[in-house]
Amino acid sequence: MKILTGNDLKTGAVTWWDGVQWSLHVEDAVDVGDHADTILARESAARRVNAAYAVDATKEPEGVRPAHIKERIRALGPTVRMDLTLKPADPEAGTWVI
Amino acid sequence: MAEPQFRFRDDEPVGDPAVTVDSFGEQSNAAAVRIEPGDDARDLLPHLDRIRLVEVNFPVFGDGRGYSAARLLREAGYAGELRAVGDVLVDQIAFMRRCGFDAFAPDVPLNPADAEAAFARFDHVYQPTTDGRAPIWALRHG
Amino acid sequence: MYKYDTYDQAMVDARVEEFRDQVKRRLEGHITEDQFKPLRLMNGLYLQLHAYMLRVAVPYGTLSSAQMRMLGYIADKYDRGYGHFTTRQNIQYNWIKLEDAPDILADLASVEMHAIQTSGNCIRNTTSDQYAGAAADEVIDPRPYAELIRQWSTFHPEFSFLPRKFKMAVIASDTDRAAMRLHDIGIQLVKNDAGEVGAAFYVGGGMGRTPMVAPCINPFVPIDQMITYSEACLRVYNRYGRRDNKYKARIKILVHELGKDEYTRQVEAEFAHLLTQGIEPPLAELHRIQAQFADPAFEAGASDDLDRSDPDFALWVDTNCVVHKQPGYIAVTISLKPVGGIPGDASADQIRLMADLARDHSFDELRVTHAQNIVLPHVKKADLYGLWQQLDAAGLGTANLDRIGDIIACPGLDYCSLANARSIPVAQKISERLSDRSEAIGELKLKISGCINACGHHHAGHIGILGVDRKGVENYQLLLGGCEGADTSLGQITGPGFDEDGIVDAVEKATEVYLSTRQDGERFLDTYRRIGMAPFKEALYG
Ligand code: SF4
Repeated sequence: MKILTGNDLKTGAVTWWDGVQWSLHVEDAVDVGDHADTILARESAARRVNAAYAVDATKEPEGVRPAHIKERIRALGPTVRMDLTLKPADPEAGTWVI
Repeated sequence: MAEPQFRFRDDEPVGDPAVTVDSFGEQSNAAAVRIEPGDDARDLLPHLDRIRLVEVNFPVFGDGRGYSAARLLREAGYAGELRAVGDVLVDQIAFMRRCGFDAFAPDVPLNPADAEAAFARFDHVYQPTTDGRAPIWALRHG
Repeated sequence: MYKYDTYDQAMVDARVEEFRDQVKRRLEGHITEDQFKPLRLMNGLYLQLHAYMLRVAVPYGTLSSAQMRMLGYIADKYDRGYGHFTTRQNIQYNWIKLEDAPDILADLASVEMHAIQTSGNCIRNTTSDQYAGAAADEVIDPRPYAELIRQWSTFHPEFSFLPRKFKMAVIASDTDRAAMRLHDIGIQLVKNDAGEVGAAFYVGGGMGRTPMVAPCINPFVPIDQMITYSEACLRVYNRYGRRDNKYKARIKILVHELGKDEYTRQVEAEFAHLLTQGIEPPLAELHRIQAQFADPAFEAGASDDLDRSDPDFALWVDTNCVVHKQPGYIAVTISLKPVGGIPGDASADQIRLMADLARDHSFDELRVTHAQNIVLPHVKKADLYGLWQQLDAAGLGTANLDRIGDIIACPGLDYCSLANARSIPVAQKISERLSDRSEAIGELKLKISGCINACGHHHAGHIGILGVDRKGVENYQLLLGGCEGADTSLGQITGPGFDEDGIVDAVEKATEVYLSTRQDGERFLDTYRRIGMAPFKEALYG
């Protein structure tokens, strides 16, 4: 599947396109098929997202998994500061990115 | 010919079409020339007495060769119009002015209020150029 | 330390307002991201892997305690309670909001700081020797010259859109502690036989994809022509540096392609012309700046005695402190490399503690080093034990300067959007694995970059590690034999890369080769230079 990620213009937070709006959680990401360019152009022009782009991903039992480690780290947070990630209470969360 | 949106000169603008640096040497009656980023502004130095307009083209704003071209001409005593044309953005015009440009013809016209603010942003400057502004070190040491 | 006058202050204040206006235009949709990006970059604001990242300039690495305290305040108020000190002697914050950025710059301006030209294709923040003004071996304090360059390069109208970024370093000792020859321009201040100060210019060094050691193009530029000469070097570069290929756009490629002699000839011709233009600040300006870098009020006759009865303290003194030019004083390096920690990171509390210690024990001064540590340059030996106890209690007392645990690591894929692989976890694992052998191994500079951009200076590490992307999986190349300083050399790749655990094993094996073959007094680098790559390859791949 193709999913979209970008950053919130004001806060810089990493976001994912959930079909309606931009979510902080990669689990919410939806397959945009071949509509990536249309959505990116519309959402960027409306300043609802910044520096957004499309990436490949797969749907796994535990949720959406971006194909490349870079976006998996984007989705989670820095693996060396688990306290600052989206899953601070899960000691195993770091293994998901690898 | 690109019409300047901003011009800091009182003389009549030159109406002649600007010719390339290459052809300028042969056209002994040309008074306007256009410098592209790869041209050597020093090729014009023997002809400065008959040039009244130099257009310096910025095809993309990130290509800064035109700044050096402008300063070289001013340092050699060129006193005619020096016009920045092309991808000229509001956040660059103050630097250009310092390098000797006195006319601006951006591809996309600038918001006049933004441009005015940009020209006036910094009261003082650290470096001397030929724009005549005294650098801060000169002010410090009177 | 340099104090802003009203001109300097007005300059940074105007810049804050300019950026406030630019941010407003962006947030209101009057300019696009394409137009805004170069503007925010000129103010040190990047969009990184997780958020905006702000890089704050620390000119020539020198900070007052008030400035350091402000860095801690910003970490708490606008970020997540920490900052990252970089190999460029700067500090970066990783979690900045665009809407806060103008306020942060205003707070910085209130303590005479800024983020000007910490990014973009312009002249970047000038770096220097972290022991400047304290070193026993310096010809003269290099910082006034670096300050002169700071002012000259700030908003330079001709050199704000260079082919590529441009980094300068100024040192004044034969021992090069600033990797001077790996800069676009490295300046070494020297004295001639008549005792006059001049600047030796080294041009065209750099790391990145094509590492090069800068050649000396002029061994003695009179000091009252240093700015003019720099301008000539830059003008030739701005006019003729390559703009067709980002990877060939640094000045090192121009110098290399033209040849040192032809580049020098062009610079000298431009220099002769620029000398007629009156662009050099008068010596009175240099003297004005120098007066502000006068020695602090050292206590005459301070004792050189140290009570070394606490062995942990004695080890730390021997490892982390260096000789001071003033009897009774010592220069202290605070390691930001606790065993298993994140190299260069400091919490807001640690930053504030270091600020307080500088105020109380180092004449209000601190330095950031390119090895991502902090220096208190002027500590009275009589104060040293108490100082160390406070550092140690705050996790800042690690005795490992230039040891295997003192690893330089760029942010890598944990933070950096350009990265191919993570750097920090590798540094942490090596530190954990080998720190107990730190004393046996002795001096060993290990440097890790998460991609070819080489922010972690891997080419210059006795052991270097480069993260690469192998079909979407992190992979690490090992380099041996790099070194910065007077005998600068570039590391050579050992062979095929390793995975994350494999690279830790590989580093361990390399240290074992060294330990088993070293001769008396040899450091890792010396042994490598004597025996060459073959025995290491044998151990790694044999
Ligand atoms: S070396 Fe590469 S990964 Fe590391 S900080 Fe620089 S650009 Fe990022």
